[in-house]
Amino acid sequence: MSEYCTTIGSRLYRFSSLRELMACATPQRSGDELAGIAARSAEERVAAQMALADTPLKTFLNEAVVPYEADEVTRLIIDRHDTQAFTPVAHLTVGEFRNWLLSDRADNAALEALAPGLTPEMVAAVSKIMRLQDLVLVGQKCRVVTRFRNTIGLSGHLATRLQPNHPTDNPTGIAASILDGLLYGNGDAVIGINPATDNTASVVTLLTMLDEIIDRYEIPTQSCVLTHVTTAIEAINRGAPTDLVFQSISGTQAANQGFGIDLALLREGNDAAQSLRRGTVGQNVMYFETGQGSALSADAHHGVDQQTLEARAYGVAREFSPLLVNTVVGFIGPEYLFNGKQIIRAGLEDHFCGKLLGVPMGCDICYTNHAEADQDDMDVLLTLLGAAGCNYIMGIPGSDDIMLNYQTTSFHDALYARQVLKLRPAPEFEAWLARMGICDETGRISVDHELPASFRHALAHV
Amino acid sequence: MVDEVFPVDASVIDNPWRKLRAYTDARIGLGRAGGSLPTAPHLAFQLAHAQARDAVHLPLDTERMVKQLAMRFKRVVRLHSAAAERSEYLRRPDLGRRLDDVSLKQLESFAQQGCDVSIVVADGLSARAIHENAAPFLDHLLPMIERENWSLGPCALVEQARVAIGDPIGEALGARLGIVLIGERPGLSSPDSLGVYFTYAPRIGHRDSERNCISNVRPAGQSFESAARLLIYLLREADVRGVSGVQLKDDTVATSELGDGRQGNFLLPDN
Repeated sequence: MSEYCTTIGSRLYRFSSLRELMACATPQRSGDELAGIAARSAEERVAAQMALADTPLKTFLNEAVVPYEADEVTRLIIDRHDTQAFTPVAHLTVGEFRNWLLSDRADNAALEALAPGLTPEMVAAVSKIMRLQDLVLVGQKCRVVTRFRNTIGLSGHLATRLQPNHPTDNPTGIAASILDGLLYGNGDAVIGINPATDNTASVVTLLTMLDEIIDRYEIPTQSCVLTHVTTAIEAINRGAPTDLVFQSISGTQAANQGFGIDLALLREGNDAAQSLRRGTVGQNVMYFETGQGSALSADAHHGVDQQTLEARAYGVAREFSPLLVNTVVGFIGPEYLFNGKQIIRAGLEDHFCGKLLGVPMGCDICYTNHAEADQDDMDVLLTLLGAAGCNYIMGIPGSDDIMLNYQTTSFHDALYARQVLKLRPAPEFEAWLARMGICDETGRISVDHELPASFRHALAHV
Repeated sequence: MVDEVFPVDASVIDNPWRKLRAYTDARIGLGRAGGSLPTAPHLAFQLAHAQARDAVHLPLDTERMVKQLAMRFKRVVRLHSAAAERSEYLRRPDLGRRLDDVSLKQLESFAQQGCDVSIVVADGLSARAIHENAAPFLDHLLPMIERENWSLGPCALVEQARVAIGDPIGEALGARLGIVLIGERPGLSSPDSLGVYFTYAPRIGHRDSERNCISNVRPAGQSFESAARLLIYLLREADVRGVSGVQLKDDTVATSELGDGRQGNFLLPDN
């Protein structure tokens, strides 16, 4: 194992491993402080960033932050590394890689070709020496497009997951939030429910209901009930109309075990959903959620900083060509991301790292009430992610998730981002919105006191 | 959530589907100014967030709580976690799970007495939940415990505590069934939500999967009566089987109560 050093004035800073160097170089994070691996001073942090900038990218292929023998995620990363794709940047250091990414040589085509040649640790490393504007600029150059019943991730588009959660999974209550979201032009990424229970019978009921709604109103979108992959497989075996299989994933084998999964089980879930062939324009069938701090909270972090482990979760995700991946950035709480500043930076790092690795990144721009954050912080992150070309965000009535007790972006927030940044919904969904009379030809919401005909009919039954 | 009545404003487009709020507490049908949130629902949100934030930072009124608990228990002991104050508590969940040295000493005097049930009242993330809902919940629970003929240990009131604080306390008291009442992470519409956790044979080192939780106990959520009944049911089951947590819960989850998802679902009318 090599040693990494920088001298600042007369002081020599020494880092005994790549893992320690990465942890000290990472921007301040309460979770890394909780783990006892953060830089001990502001100067040490920059010293580590300087040493990291001088580190050749090839180092990451020779020194694993989590041992190869002990971790199937490390094995996946190393075994799947594409040496040919790596060639254009193989001779660079981390600092030179940052310059390369910012240069005009790194356009969308070059970045797409490069993705299989990059490891999560490489992209995590370069993100640590980037400012927010760098993360936005490079993120914006990477397009990752996926398809199921519509096309998500195209340049100039911003999709939303309609999240109609209800504390008791009451079908009428869920339907009320779905209607609200659709009439505010939301729901192109997915209509996705976090169920209150993992009970398979309830999951089947919700999947059937969502399928019937999408079918009856001919909505070009997909549905998901965000339950454990084993429950999803069981629901498929019972014949439930399943579009997407969901799972929370993390960046180490041990943390994934904490979620009750491994790579083999994810393959099983992917195969089960693929077998149904329910997509019309594509067959990306997996939906993953991630978030910095998940490995530490499962006591499965191996002394690696939370941002690097988060990037490794994207290394897991890309193995399964998912339709959607989002970081639930502020959900975990202040012991991992203390305040708005840390949440904002983490959201942009996650988007950047995911996109560079070829993962279709969205973001749950969110916070809990015990974090030092508020709606203003979410507005900053939303605007920056919109500028960075984020594939999708959440959409929820009035930002208030009454089931999960946290705040995420509202249907209105999506309209704001689309208006200010000139972004549009997924093209198939946008055409549906126009056909239903929900949006006008400029893409602005046109629903007035008079409801579109088919929904007027539905509401007459209430 | 209170269903506010917003005044008529020419720049605001109302949503005729607002009447669906009869079926959900979600903030649907808020209307729009352009595409944005109108002033009234915007400020209603700010107020809810302010109340939730205040709930997180409101200190536990220990004098008041000791008085309330002393009327209901033979002995009340005041304890403190290893987290010195709120900011440290929020950053260091590990400290909130341990007792400070003074508290550990205090508990020594109770050692070897033993009891069937230990009850811990902890501020958690909402002292307001404790102030408003701990005593009314106990008034439903304590008579039920008495009917089971279970002996009750001293009640511990703990500041800056996480759920797992019940483990060192239950261990020191030699309790067989450990109950923790704790203020839950406040939601926007629920700043006063009480969580009730139960651990069989509380000892240091228990995993969270070995606990059962009854959440959202408050006047506008899970009622005191039904929460107390459910807890007693879990205690009895645990006592027979000698476990708590995931294994216990599996047997109590019923099949789907959602029907086929169509009943009353206006988006899926039969015709």
